[in-house]
Amino acid sequence: MSAEPLLQVEGLRTHFFTKAGVVKAVDDVSFSVARGKVMGLVGESGSGKSMTGYSIVGLVDSPGRIVGGRILFDGVDLATLDPVAWRAIRGKRIAMIFQDPMMTLNPVLRVDTQIVEAVLAHAGVSRESALARAREALVRVGIASPDERLRAYPHQFSGGMRQRVAIAIALVNQPDLIIADEPTTALDVTIQGQILFEMQKICAESRTALIWITHDLSVVAGLADTVCVMYAGRVVETGRVSEVLGQPLHPYTRGLIDSVPSRNRRGEPLRQIPGMTPSLLGMGEGCAFRERCPAASAACASSPGVAELARGRFVRCFHPVGEPMAAASP
Amino acid sequence: MISPVTGEQPPLVALRDVSKRFASRMDLASRIAARVGAGPAQQVVRALDSVSLEVKQGEVLGLVGESGCGKSTLGRIVARILEPTSGERFWRGAPYSAFDGRSQRAERLAIQMIFQDPFASLNPRLRIVDVIGEAPVVHGLIGREDREAYVADLMARVGLDASTAKRFPHQFSGGQRSRIGIARALAVQPQFLVCDEAVAALDVSIQAQVLNLFIRLREELSLTYLFISHDLGVVRHLSDRVAIMYLGRVVELATAGEVFARPNHPYTQALLAEIPTIEPRKRAFQPIRGEIPSPLSPPPGCHFHPRCPHSTERCRREQPAFREVAPGHFSACHLNDTK
Repeated sequence: MSAEPLLQVEGLRTHFFTKAGVVKAVDDVSFSVARGKVMGLVGESGSGKSMTGYSIVGLVDSPGRIVGGRILFDGVDLATLDPVAWRAIRGKRIAMIFQDPMMTLNPVLRVDTQIVEAVLAHAGVSRESALARAREALVRVGIASPDERLRAYPHQFSGGMRQRVAIAIALVNQPDLIIADEPTTALDVTIQGQILFEMQKICAESRTALIWITHDLSVVAGLADTVCVMYAGRVVETGRVSEVLGQPLHPYTRGLIDSVPSRNRRGEPLRQIPGMTPSLLGMGEGCAFRERCPAASAACASSPGVAELARGRFVRCFHPVGEPMAAASP
Repeated sequence: MISPVTGEQPPLVALRDVSKRFASRMDLASRIAARVGAGPAQQVVRALDSVSLEVKQGEVLGLVGESGCGKSTLGRIVARILEPTSGERFWRGAPYSAFDGRSQRAERLAIQMIFQDPFASLNPRLRIVDVIGEAPVVHGLIGREDREAYVADLMARVGLDASTAKRFPHQFSGGQRSRIGIARALAVQPQFLVCDEAVAALDVSIQAQVLNLFIRLREELSLTYLFISHDLGVVRHLSDRVAIMYLGRVVELATAGEVFARPNHPYTQALLAEIPTIEPRKRAFQPIRGEIPSPLSPPPGCHFHPRCPHSTERCRREQPAFREVAPGHFSACHLNDTK
């Protein structure tokens, strides 16, 4: 493993300047990903996980804007790039996979046109060799009879197949980093299993770094090396997957893990986190989780800083969960 | 109605050989073309293929399957939103058709449905007091003057602040909207709830709250649930018995403990292997191959055979019978004959 991480995000802030006030969608987010590693970015809706992904690929729309922090990608700070320099990187060295493949695919163009377009945008090759690369990409994501499928339109594919095509487009330029925003959330379990299998294999083979954005802790548990838990625009906890899931330090992470049905006795009420996620609009000072937190105290009215409690284990909390969790009975 | 032979209570809801086919309407030109053999034949989706199922009084029956397997169609047929193409439905042992008259309104209201999308299933232009209070007034369960007190009572029961009754749906979060949908179903005093992916659209921490509400309501109101979900973890937690569906057929049925401990059907086994679990271990995903075939042209024999690792010549020809492999454990697989 190289000492220098491929991507290092430091103190990233993406704010939205709306008529109603400033929405701090991403507020002081830091993490890093090494080549060939998978990081899970976990959070509930509105936690800022997708917006963190969009910030890294430079897809933040007005009225949103990156107002602070650095996004160091292979030594270059992406946050300072102009749009032209961005275009050379986006789709070539950093690729994105969206939740809905129809967001990526143009419904009126054949699949081969769309993949070839992605190749020609970044590589000075002939149409024939671009087409050959397109075919190769479809094979890599496990699409049977690629020659036939290249000539098909997106509506002729099933949901799982469409997502594979979207992944093929992301892979075709052999990026160093892939950001996947809930790509399997809309799919069935068996199809999700197939796609996780392909992604795991591809990343291990080509040493591509992967950021997997999801709300589903159980997907991260099997797929990722490290995990980064977000709540209300901030990273509350990061660390190796086994450590974060086995011994969560932040009360929010612990609450999430405790509320998973398999961690509870069958038929008994689930341990739940009370209340609901706060609105990001006009979020005041202090820990955003304190209203729902069992450990909250007067100190939580001011914002806790990030502390490294063990090697690689960062937590943003004044009262980290002390004792290790009892292992769940199988 | 007590059966004179066994003295046992009949199941609350029973389906016998229920099938549902959806056919596209053909216009005159394509009918003529089809008649002379020139055009495409009429496309028929076999959403349900001779399903028999019983739900006992007071139990939670979990219904699991992937998209397109017919689980929502089954729920809608139970809840009388759809009529089956063939087959019979029974409520406490009597056919549904016995409850068509005006006087049997209470029986018809006894089954209510809770929908998946808490955004699409509430009329955006009605205040919550109307969303919840309309049906009981229309059906004469309460007088118009009692409506507000009645709605306030229901809102308190599902964990909503009754002072928000005059608000519109868009002013509520997803979890609160789910609770509104539940309160609306409870307003006509049902005995049986069909919950179609009722927690699928919710965040994990909110999902736990709503599942707890379902558990509490079941005890307080002695309700029976048909709980439809693709999420095996949720179904395992809530259900007494679980039915697994694949492409319009029920392939396995047993108590929840039995299904998860000793899955019999290869499809159930594959499905259980696919559930990602939270236990922190890096694992290689081992997918089952292929996709769910189209219900427009289901494969012959056992519907699962193109994806099944154990399929034989017989599976391609002959539909396996749905039979008891252990007490209370039913499965439709030819492998059980050779064991």
